[in-house]
Amino acid sequence: MVPQQQKAPFKDILLACDRLAALNLAKQWQDTMTPTAAIDQLIVPVLEDIGQGWEQGSVALSQVYMASRICEEITTQLLPALSRKNTKQPAMAIALLNDYHSLGKTIVYSTLLASGHTLKDYGRMSTAELVQRVIADKLKIILISTLMLPSALHIAEVSKQLKGHDVHIIVGGAPFRFDPTLWQQVGAHAMGRTASDAITLINEFLGAKS
Amino acid sequence: MTTAMTSMQRVLTTLGHQEPDRVPFFLLLSIHGAKELGLSIEDYFSKAENIVQGQLRLRAKYNDDCLYTFFHAPLEVEAFGGEVIFSADGPPNSGRPIITTPTDIHDLTAPKVEKTRCLQKVLQATRQLKAEVDDEVPIIGVVMSPFSLPVMQMGFASYIDLQYEQPDLLEKLLQVNMQFCIDWANAQLSAGATAICYFDPLASPTITPREMYLKTGFMTACQTLAKINGPTATHMASGRCLAIVDDLVSTGTAAVGTSVLEDLTEVKSACAGKLSILGNLNGVEMQHWSEEQAELAVKEAISKAGKGGGFILSDNHGEIPWQVPDNILLAISTAVHQWGRYPLRHS
Repeated sequence: MVPQQQKAPFKDILLACDRLAALNLAKQWQDTMTPTAAIDQLIVPVLEDIGQGWEQGSVALSQVYMASRICEEITTQLLPALSRKNTKQPAMAIALLNDYHSLGKTIVYSTLLASGHTLKDYGRMSTAELVQRVIADKLKIILISTLMLPSALHIAEVSKQLKGHDVHIIVGGAPFRFDPTLWQQVGAHAMGRTASDAITLINEFLGAKS
Repeated sequence: MTTAMTSMQRVLTTLGHQEPDRVPFFLLLSIHGAKELGLSIEDYFSKAENIVQGQLRLRAKYNDDCLYTFFHAPLEVEAFGGEVIFSADGPPNSGRPIITTPTDIHDLTAPKVEKTRCLQKVLQATRQLKAEVDDEVPIIGVVMSPFSLPVMQMGFASYIDLQYEQPDLLEKLLQVNMQFCIDWANAQLSAGATAICYFDPLASPTITPREMYLKTGFMTACQTLAKINGPTATHMASGRCLAIVDDLVSTGTAAVGTSVLEDLTEVKSACAGKLSILGNLNGVEMQHWSEEQAELAVKEAISKAGKGGGFILSDNHGEIPWQVPDNILLAISTAVHQWGRYPLRHS
C-alpha cells in the first residue's frame, strides 16, 4: 500500500511542472513499492485529482499537459515492468478528427500511457481515414479527440460507419465539455470531460466485458 | 430612460457602467456572412467587399449593436507566412506551425502591416464599414494577444514546453508578437475600428496558472494595451476569468469576454464598476437550442449581469458556430429587445 502522504508532494511537484523533481521522486519509489502500486495508487489517483482540479477551475490546462507528460515519462522509463500490465487489453487507439490542434489528444495519450495502458496514436485523420483504420486494425476501443464543433459533429459519420463493427467509441474535447449532450447526439458510447476520465471509461468498459 | 439610443451610445453608456436604453448585444458573427451571401467560407474571405456586405446584412437581420471585422484566427499566422486551411462548415484553421523548432524564434520578425495583403483586406473592410455607419455603430476590430498567438505559430504543446523550459526564447517571441500586435491594432483603429477585441485565451486560468500568467501574458498585456491607441476588451474565448479579474483591470482593458463555465452573477460582482462584461451565451449548445431555450438563456444572462450597465450580451467564445440556425439568432435578438429594456423588469 502506498502511504497517503506521498500523494500530496507528488501532486505539488506535478502542478509546479518540475520534471526533474518528479523523476527524482519516482526513482525513490523503485526501492519502496512495486510498479503496479506506483501507477495504481500514486500516478493514476494524482492525475485524476489534477483532472478534477481542471474541471473545477483550480488547475490550468498547461499543468494538466505537463503532469501527463511527466507521468508518461515516469511510467515508460522508470517503471518498465508495467508494460506487461495490460497485455490482455483489447486493441485501442486515439485519433484527432479533422482538427489541427492536438493538445487534448496528446494529454489523453500520455495519461493512458502513464496509467499503464498501451494504445496506438493515429494522429490527425479525416472521417474516412479513421473508419478505414479502425476496421483494418480490428480495434475494440477508439478514442476521438476534437477541438472544434464541426469536427465533433463529424463523429456522427464515424459512428454511423462503425455501426456493427463492435467498436466502443469514446469522445472528448472542448465541444463536449460545453455541451454535455453532444456525445449522444454524435452516436458515441461515452464521453470524457478530463484526460483521466479516459482511464475510468476504459476500465469500466474492460470490466463490463470481462 | 425611454429615448432610443444609437448602438454607439448604448455601448458607450454601458462601458461607462451606466444603464443605457437597453442591454446592448453583440452577435459576433464572422463566417455567417458567407451564408448571407451564398458563398463558400473561403470565397467569402477572399474579398473585403464580401465582409462589408455580410456584416451589413447580418446587422440588418439581427439588429445587434456592433459590426465585427474579425475574419478568422489564422489570419495573423498567415501574415507571418503561415498557412490557412479552410473548411466547408467551420472557421478556418491554421496549418503547419511556422516555428518548427524553438530556435526558429531567433529569426522571427514581425510582418509589416502595410505590406501584408491579408491584413490590408481587413483594413479595407474596416474603412468601408466606417464609411457606411460613421459613428452610429461600433466597429470591433480584433487582434490575437502576443501571449496567445504562439499556439498557432508553433503548436499548443510546443508552446507550453517553451513557457516552462526556455524562458529566454519565450521573451523574444513575445517581444516580436507585441510589436506586431500594437501595429496591427493601431492600423485597425486608424482605419475606423472603434475598439479592439484582444483575444487572449491563454491568459485564462483555464489554460495558464495565474503565477505563470503574471510573469508572461500579464506583463505583455500591460505593455501592449498601453500602446494601443483606443479602447480594448480582453476576450478569454470560452475560458474562465474570475481568478484574474483584478489583474485584467490592471492591464488597462475596459471589458472582459467571459465563459459560460462561470456564473455571471459572480463575474458581475467581481467586475462591478471596474470592468464591463461581454458574454456568456453557450455557442456550442446554441446549435440545438429551441427558440424558447434561447429566450430563457437571454433572460437569465440579463437578470444576472444587466443591472447597472457594464454588460454586453454576447456568446462566450467570440464567434458563433456556423451550425447555429438563423431562427435561434433571431430569437436571441427578439429576447434582448423584449427583456433587455432598462429599467430591467426581472433582475
